[in-house]
Amino acid sequence: MLRFIFSRFLQTALVVFCLVSFTHVTIRMIPGNPFADEKAMQPHLRERVAEAFGLNESFGNQFVSWWSNVLTKGDFGLSTSLFGRSVNEILTSAFPVSLTLGLGAMFIALMVGIPSGVIASLRHNGWIDYGSMILAMVGICIPAFVLGPLFQLWIARNVSWLSSAGWERPADILLPALTLGLAVAAYVARLTRGGMLEVLSQDYIRTARAKGVPGHTIILRHALRPALLPVVTYLGPAFAAVITGSFVVETIFQIPGLGQHFVTAVTSKDYFLLPGLVLFYGCLMGIANLIVDIVLTILNPRLREA
Amino acid sequence: MRALSVILLSLFSALLLSCDRRSNVAIATEENILVIGNSNEPKGLDPHLVSGVLESNLIRALFEGLCVDNPSKDGVADKGVAKDWKHSEDYRVWTFYLNEKAKWSDGEPVTAHDFVFSYQRMLNPRLPSKYADMLYFIKGAEDYNKEKNPDPGSIGAKAIDDRTLELTLRGPIPFLPEITKHYTWYPVPRHIILKFSGGDPATPFTGWTKPGNIVSNGPFQLKDWKIKHYIEVERNPHYWDAGEVQLDGIRFLPISNSYTETRMFLDEQLHMTYTLPPEMIPYAKEHVPAMLRQEDYIGTRYLRINTRRQYLDNVKVRHALACAIDRAQICKSVRGGNEKPASGVVPPFAGYTVPPGASFDPERGRQLLAEAGFPNGEGLPEFKFLTTDRDVSRRMAEAYMAMWREHLNINVRIQQREWTTYLQDQYDGAYDLAGAGWIGDFLYPTTFLDMWTKDNGNNNTGWHSEDYEAKLKESENSIVPEEKLQLLQDAEKIFLADMPIIPVFWYTTNYLIRPEVKGWHPLQLNNHPYKNVSLKRN
Amino acid sequence: MSENEIEEPLEKGTSLWKDAWLRLRKNKMAMIGLWVVIFIFLTCFVFRWFLPQDPNAVALGNEFAPPSAQHWLGTDQLGRDMLTRILDGGQISLLVAIAATCLTVSIGIIYGGISGYVGGRADGVMMRIVDGLLAMPFLIVVILFRELIEVRVDLIGKFLTSEWGWDKDFVRRFSNIIPLLLAIAAFGWLTMSRIVRTQTAALKSGEFAEAARSLGLSHFRILFRHILPNMLGPVIIYATLTIPSFILYEATLSFIGLGVEPPNSSWGVLIKEGANYLESNVSMLIFPAVVFSVTLFAFNFLGDGLRDALDPKAAKD
Repeated sequence: MLRFIFSRFLQTALVVFCLVSFTHVTIRMIPGNPFADEKAMQPHLRERVAEAFGLNESFGNQFVSWWSNVLTKGDFGLSTSLFGRSVNEILTSAFPVSLTLGLGAMFIALMVGIPSGVIASLRHNGWIDYGSMILAMVGICIPAFVLGPLFQLWIARNVSWLSSAGWERPADILLPALTLGLAVAAYVARLTRGGMLEVLSQDYIRTARAKGVPGHTIILRHALRPALLPVVTYLGPAFAAVITGSFVVETIFQIPGLGQHFVTAVTSKDYFLLPGLVLFYGCLMGIANLIVDIVLTILNPRLREA
Repeated sequence: MRALSVILLSLFSALLLSCDRRSNVAIATEENILVIGNSNEPKGLDPHLVSGVLESNLIRALFEGLCVDNPSKDGVADKGVAKDWKHSEDYRVWTFYLNEKAKWSDGEPVTAHDFVFSYQRMLNPRLPSKYADMLYFIKGAEDYNKEKNPDPGSIGAKAIDDRTLELTLRGPIPFLPEITKHYTWYPVPRHIILKFSGGDPATPFTGWTKPGNIVSNGPFQLKDWKIKHYIEVERNPHYWDAGEVQLDGIRFLPISNSYTETRMFLDEQLHMTYTLPPEMIPYAKEHVPAMLRQEDYIGTRYLRINTRRQYLDNVKVRHALACAIDRAQICKSVRGGNEKPASGVVPPFAGYTVPPGASFDPERGRQLLAEAGFPNGEGLPEFKFLTTDRDVSRRMAEAYMAMWREHLNINVRIQQREWTTYLQDQYDGAYDLAGAGWIGDFLYPTTFLDMWTKDNGNNNTGWHSEDYEAKLKESENSIVPEEKLQLLQDAEKIFLADMPIIPVFWYTTNYLIRPEVKGWHPLQLNNHPYKNVSLKRN
Repeated sequence: MSENEIEEPLEKGTSLWKDAWLRLRKNKMAMIGLWVVIFIFLTCFVFRWFLPQDPNAVALGNEFAPPSAQHWLGTDQLGRDMLTRILDGGQISLLVAIAATCLTVSIGIIYGGISGYVGGRADGVMMRIVDGLLAMPFLIVVILFRELIEVRVDLIGKFLTSEWGWDKDFVRRFSNIIPLLLAIAAFGWLTMSRIVRTQTAALKSGEFAEAARSLGLSHFRILFRHILPNMLGPVIIYATLTIPSFILYEATLSFIGLGVEPPNSSWGVLIKEGANYLESNVSMLIFPAVVFSVTLFAFNFLGDGLRDALDPKAAKD
């Protein structure tokens, strides 16, 4: 087991290294100037700015010094788009927010997705099946930038303790988590339904029914657990994706999370924030995948590969 | 399993029930804190390193200059750090007498040395200050900043004593008090900056503006700065006029999506928005007309023409393009915010008459095109139109495109680019036509005219004219106010005759404001002094 | 053993398809989905050409007009005909999604097939690369593709217009989506290759594959004649489900500002701009959003139905 973890750790580290380096190279390939501002900068000052960020050195030097700063001091440098703000600061302030939002979204995804999938599987090809799946799939058939404003208009405006946007009160997590979670709920519902359908057709379920075991016990105790295996596989990468892929939800609900930073770092060519984010995200994905794989291997030893 | 769901459900309900039923705005008004949308996360709070409007809103709350804006009257300079000032007859030498009570938020006095240090720091060629040219009015400033003269003492800013500041200007500037209201002319705390920069004031990112480090001299001081979340300022007890300040604090929310901002306002989360997107103006007019403000804003929206490009170097082609734009229709149908069709680059304000310039005349446009050798648009290539990635920009670009095609049979190709690329392409001259705008920095026509000189970084059209620059210089050297304005008008006539840009409309600022906010009057520069703002509580 | 006995699995395969079709027919929602998809295609690609309105004809002064005989769904914020804008937008969105899916499937099959079949270390490395790429911010790729490919695509477009005399606007509309669909495909092939690889690895150890190997058949033959056809089911299912997710992804890219060039529209652009009119002119949002959502629901139900039909016991994703 430990060897497995160790080798995976090495593999992930290698992949993340390549990824981050690739980011460093590609961000410099995009034409443009990250320091461009509404008031033109005097030419003799442009060099000063570049100097302040270490961008006047050769790419090789910049690359090496960035990695050595990261690995020895844990210092990711200064953001070019948030002119001089430290990347560490940005990451540490945004991550807890994204984490909370992500957890909320996953919670909703499971609360909506699993029941929908189970109900749908029980009435296979009936109208309850279809209705349940329609509800579950709202998240992937209506984009978040439509769903969000709709929620703001219909729900937030009419419920006094729900804000339209912002991250002040505890209840503020509700609408954005709902918008974000619904997209994931669709896949959870699909996987649950599929898993349930497969399990329910198994012989041992038929035996249990024949023995007279009550319906809900069959579902909850015998069918649900194995049916949820694919959902567990999906959860790891889904969680990591939710944490950083929430740009639309964060923009619409004004949430200071990582998703916003991700997109602005790319579009405004932030030479240091973006590699920092990619490094962060890569590690997160790696850890999530590893945890999922470990859990799966524990649950199902047949899946262990060489 | 069941126990788990019971626990979760009760936690959830506790969460919801613990919420305050009152709206955010009600709570904030109760606490006497103004909650205001501020468009985006600031690039910084160091007055010498930033150049945007949203940063100026923050800096104006924290710092104060020699003069301040009058809360309701345009063009009036109220006392700020300076309690009095006088000027020489030729308006070249100004003396400011500082208020003895002016202090930094740590109790240190604000002295004339702080101002001198400030100007020297901003003009220091080793500091990447984007807006240094705002200080070029001071004699010797440009030479020092462009490294033609290494001595910072050559700048015409001297501290006669702790409370007396003498400024020698490059020419007669009767409107200097207006200029000192701009944040580039504010003092910065010398003792704090030196403390954090290890003695070299030109070190850019020292962290002196972080909460806990920063010290400011304005009505408020920095309390909290959460990245992309909010910036909160609280009352500055050491402010010389603290008795006049009525708010206990201001919270600035960096809401980048203006549609979300409007929705937040309508859901009672803000006292005031930064802007109101055109799509929502009809809704606001119908549902919350009392909270809608549509005020003149000193700025111009225009189309920049790259006069270095083939075909666009022909002045008749440029005029033809200008004639085909139906400005009234654009203001009415695409904007809807009471914008005014613009004939020139300088908006009308007190004392300045806009010379005749661009207007909608498709017939004349076709005629000019034929005269230029391109009847019915034949022979002209497809031009590239550069604009930002916002929805409003897209709509305007599509409208221009349709107008040019309909009236002149000229085709353009719309290229939407994200912000920094859009800016840099203009700086690099990598465009044919571009949608652009300019907001005035102070209430005088030169803020719209100075930028079209030969080497000005904000020109980017490739156009320049010696006659034009001569007129500007003549105007600056005159000491008769009416004559100065007349000469500026002549300069603008030269400019408009060549049409290196196509004026489209003069801005208005549209925003929403709650009735409990008092003391917020229409100002052309939209630089509202916060110390006069109050929240009416029941 | 004769060749015929080894041909058997293929023959079984044909009747498997017929069984699947019968199962699909029973799934009412999937059939509705199928008809809706066909209808949308016909409307956007065939019926559209019979409508005379110009979706790019700006008519300031006639904005937000209600539905009329001339404009069946009214006009939009610049007075353009809403119906043709939606249909033209559909052409773009559907084309982008389908072309990107085709690319995705092709690359995924090749990469995943090789990885799964070869197995061992190489398989591990190839899949780790896929895992890594999944963590990459593909937004950079989208922007890069637009910057680098756009110029070349423009050249081809110019060539088509000047040499072959194609209509300029027509060429521009469709060449514009090339960087976009390449970028989307560059992101989509990763998951497809994962699926193909899992299927291939499973099939590789199946009985008839073992039999084929013991007969000494070439790897090539085994891959193409035996493994690939049996993999077709999951691939079709996944492809059908990929199309709506690509349409959604294009909409999200439009929201970020990386969509198609104006004045052309895609569903993403229409919905994004429509959402801004939620309070004032809700029809700007409703018409394109309903078409968009219905199409996506249809594709999703069709895909789910195909999965039920082709693989009633399997639930692998």
